[in-house]
Formats: sequence, C-alpha cells, structure tokens
Amino acid sequence: MFWEHFAVWVAAFLTLGIYSFLYKDNPWYKLCESIFVGISAGYWFVTLFWDNIYGKFWVGVFPPTHVNELGESVRTAQPDYWLLVGAVLGLLMLLRLVPKIGWLSRWSLAFIVGATAGFYLINYFSSNVMRQVQDTIMPLFGSGFDASAYVIIGNIVVAVGTFTGLIYFFFSKEHRGAFGFSAKVGIFFLMVTFGASFGYTVMSRMSLLIGRIDFLLSDWLGLIR
Amino acid sequence: MPSVVASITVEDTPNDGGGAVTVRWEVSADELSGGVNRYVLYRSTSQDGAFEEVGDATSNATTFIDGSTEDGVSYYYKIVPLPKSMIGQPTPPAWVDAARTAGPVSSSAQWFDWRRINVLVGVLILCVFIIYYINQAKAGKKLFIRKIAGLEAVDEAVGRATEMGKKIYYIPGTQDMDNVQTIAGVTILGRVAELAAQYETYLQVPVSRSLVLVTAREIVKEAYSKAGRPDAFQEDQVHYLTDDQFGYAAGIDGMVVREKPATIFFMGAFYAESLILAETGNSIGAIQIAGTGMPSQLPFFVAACDYTLIGEELFAASAYLSREPKLLGSLKGQDMGKALILIAIIVGLLLETFGIWNFSRLFSVIQ
Repeated sequence: MFWEHFAVWVAAFLTLGIYSFLYKDNPWYKLCESIFVGISAGYWFVTLFWDNIYGKFWVGVFPPTHVNELGESVRTAQPDYWLLVGAVLGLLMLLRLVPKIGWLSRWSLAFIVGATAGFYLINYFSSNVMRQVQDTIMPLFGSGFDASAYVIIGNIVVAVGTFTGLIYFFFSKEHRGAFGFSAKVGIFFLMVTFGASFGYTVMSRMSLLIGRIDFLLSDWLGLIR
Repeated sequence: MPSVVASITVEDTPNDGGGAVTVRWEVSADELSGGVNRYVLYRSTSQDGAFEEVGDATSNATTFIDGSTEDGVSYYYKIVPLPKSMIGQPTPPAWVDAARTAGPVSSSAQWFDWRRINVLVGVLILCVFIIYYINQAKAGKKLFIRKIAGLEAVDEAVGRATEMGKKIYYIPGTQDMDNVQTIAGVTILGRVAELAAQYETYLQVPVSRSLVLVTAREIVKEAYSKAGRPDAFQEDQVHYLTDDQFGYAAGIDGMVVREKPATIFFMGAFYAESLILAETGNSIGAIQIAGTGMPSQLPFFVAACDYTLIGEELFAASAYLSREPKLLGSLKGQDMGKALILIAIIVGLLLETFGIWNFSRLFSVIQ
C-alpha cells in the first residue's frame, strides 16, 4: 500500500514538473526531463533486447523444448536459420566500435535502406496511388444520374481536390497560367484540409491533457471519485 | 444428426504466402429447413487418422480458409453440420466418422499474387519513365525544377545562424531508417551539414533511433569532408537521446530553450511531438523549416514554422538541393507518372459518369 501511494506521489511530482515548463525552463523541469529521457532510454533498451534479440532471434534459432508424454524432449517449433542473416548484419553494425573495420557497418545500413525501400514501394504504390485513384474515379452524378445535390457536390469536390492537389505536386513545370491557377486551387484544398485536421487533432490532444488532469485530481488528490 | 454436406472440395489457397488451405462445400440438405446452425471443420494428416477440429462456419457459409497448415504436409478434411441443440456440446465421434472426407491437400507459398498484376504494371510504367529521364539527364539534357520556397530558405537559415553565432538544430523525426521520410530527412541533412561546415556554424543533431544515429553521423562526417572541413566534425554533434517519443520531445525542448539555436530543421516522420517541438522553437524566435509526409502533423508545422515542405516536397528536396542528374531524372519520371494518373482520373470520371465502363476496377488492389 505504501509503495502504491509512493508511486502515485512520484508520478504526480513528475507530471507537475513537466508541466512547469509551460511557465518557463526551471530546475524542476530539468530534473524531470533528465529522469524521463534516462529512464525511457533504458526502458527501450531492455524492451528491444527482450523483444528482438531474445524474443525473435534467440527463440527463433533455438526454439524452446518441452517434454512430451513419452518423456522425450521435443522442440515447440522448427529453428529459423534465416534469422542468422539478421544477426550477422547486427554484428556488422557493432563493428563501428572497431575503427579499422568500422566501414563494414555501412553494409548493414545499405541493406536496411535498400530492402525497406523496395519492400514499402509496393505498399505505398498500392495505398497512396492505386487506391486513391480508384476512390477518385466515380460516377459524379450517381450511377443512374440519380444522386442528390449533396452527393454530387461531394463527388465534385473530391475529384477537383485530387486533380488540383496533384498538379501542385508537379515539380518539373513552372506554376504559371492555367497550370499555376490549378496549383493554387490545389494548395487551397490542402490548406482547408490542414485546418480541419488541425482542429480535429487538437481536440484529440486535449484528451491526453484531460487524462493527466484526471490522474492528478482522482489518483493523486482524490478530489474526483 | 443432420444430413452430411452434399460435396466437399479442398485446394491450396491460391496467391498466398503458404500456410493456408481453402475448403469449399455444398450445404447440407437440412440447411433449408433450419436444421443446421453451424458447420464444424475437422482435419487430419491421414484419411483414417484422428480428426481434430480446426474451426467452424455459420450455417449459410460454403467456404472456410484453414490458415494453420504446415506447407508440404498432406491434410484431409471433414465437415460436420451441427443443429442448434448441439452448439457448445462435444460432437459425437460417430458424426465425424460419417462425414464426407476430402483430400489429400497440402499448402504451399506462391511466388506471385496474380490479383495484384495491376500494381506490377503501374510500378513498371513508373520505372520506365524514371529510367528514361535519368538517361536523358545523364546525357546532358537540362531538366527544370520549379522553385520550392522551403528549400530556397535553407541557405538563408544557415546563414542567419552564422551571423548570430548560434547553433543549428536538425531533428530527423522519431522514426527509424526503414521509413522513407527519415531517409529523405537524413539526405537533406547532408546538404545542411555541408553548408554548416562551410560557414563554420555548429550543427547539432539529436536523434531517437540507433540506426538513425549511425546513418546521420556518417552523412554529417562525409558532408564536413566534402566541405573541406573534416577537422571541424565532432562525433557528439550527432547524439542519441531516447527512443521514447515524448522523452525525445522533452529532451529537445529543454535543449532548445537553454541553447536558443538560431535555426531549427524538422525533416522526417513526426507524430504527436510535432507541435510540442515546433511551438518551443517558435517561442525562442528560431527560424524553422519543417518537412514531413505525415498529413496529420503538417497543419502544426504550417502553423508554427516559417517554411514547410508538404509531403512530396520533402522527397523532392534531395534532387532540388543536389541537382544530381540521377535524382533530377527520377523526379521528372515521377512527374510523368503523375501526369498519367491525371489522365486516368479524367478518362475514368468520364467513362464512369456516363456509365460506359467501370474504369476504376483497373485500380482495385487486394491487400
């Protein structure tokens, strides 16, 4: 019980310390900042070690065994030796600590950047190109010219917004004349979208603030039951 | 006991990465009279062996994908229709024995997903454009790029820090090197570092990922060498803070208000920390240039920074700043891809609006 109360007081102390930055930089904030950065760095080190080096690599290459009803020790899964490739790349990264052969770490970096760029190309092309084009192409007035004015206006806004937005992102042509006008319409659509997104995201961020205030008023001070 | 299913067929699930078998059946004769509530599927590795339950389907279903198979192993399947009264009770073994058996079937991975052939065609068209324009650029053809205000301001921002004798901060986002925005961010870092080295202005790069730390250090070191100032490079210029999103933001906020850099760059992938960082930089009067492809964070950068690279402008930056033929050709090739998309949208809208052809299905993608 004592430790639970202690933990709540520490959390409240740190929460208020971080919020004190809203007034100005001060020693309390500096202390909380250092604790936050240090503990989170340590936490992520431990998490990544157990998730990746142990959970994925070690368990993958040396699967745990169990004893069956015949008393035999059997593996729970087949070893995945492909993981050794990742382990070798990881070891190459650590060679940075040896200045003479530190350049070998570039191989790992090259592999990561190249492989992920290729891997994500298909995903991005599918979601950011194909799917968006598919959603933009639609019967503007409904499939039997029977759409309501509200739907028609919505369809036209989507089509014009996508078309002009895409024109804004043309880099090899000067934005002049009709092309420039279309690009301006495009950036207008983008800014309206940003404005709406701004309001929406600010509201969602308010929930984070409410969460901390709820903690202070209920868990710490007990004013809200 | 309801009558058994009229037929049952099994096949390796097509266009997948293996580990799945598709079972199809014709419904039981008792289905119409409401005598079937669920179909329970059983699986065995031998025709006469012990069948184990692998899943169930609702009464009107005729397909089930067993996603728990081991590739290369032969399986047999049975389907037992169950009335409502038997739900939640063990199925009598005699019912399982009486059910039709299908098999053997084994699952395997396919090299190609034929349902996504349109994606391949699209990528190939884009690649053809890019290769063509890269060759054009290499052959000496001048390729035009329009002005991008945020990138024009890079020199001015570095110069301002030099005049004021203050630091430049470069924040490459909170994501790892497997994110294209981070890759774009560290590419621009090279140009900024080169300018900083030329102007002898201190550049500080706090990062939140170990791989970004390694990459950014390499890039900054190389940029200093390129600028003829390898001696000015210090490893601590690029330093790690924490992987934690808000820990990283708290750390940078503290450093920014204490050191008051003249210029701050935010280039990469950002999440909720974007406004915290940009607002802190804004409060100390730093000139701020941001660039990200995260649509939900762009509004905050637009509001709090002097210049913002919106989405693809971030990816165009490396070509814009370096003017390398390879990158310029690639940018021009992408523009041609966009032109093709614009044409497709116009043609598609016309065809669909006048009910001539369902053009949008060409862009349908199965994930």
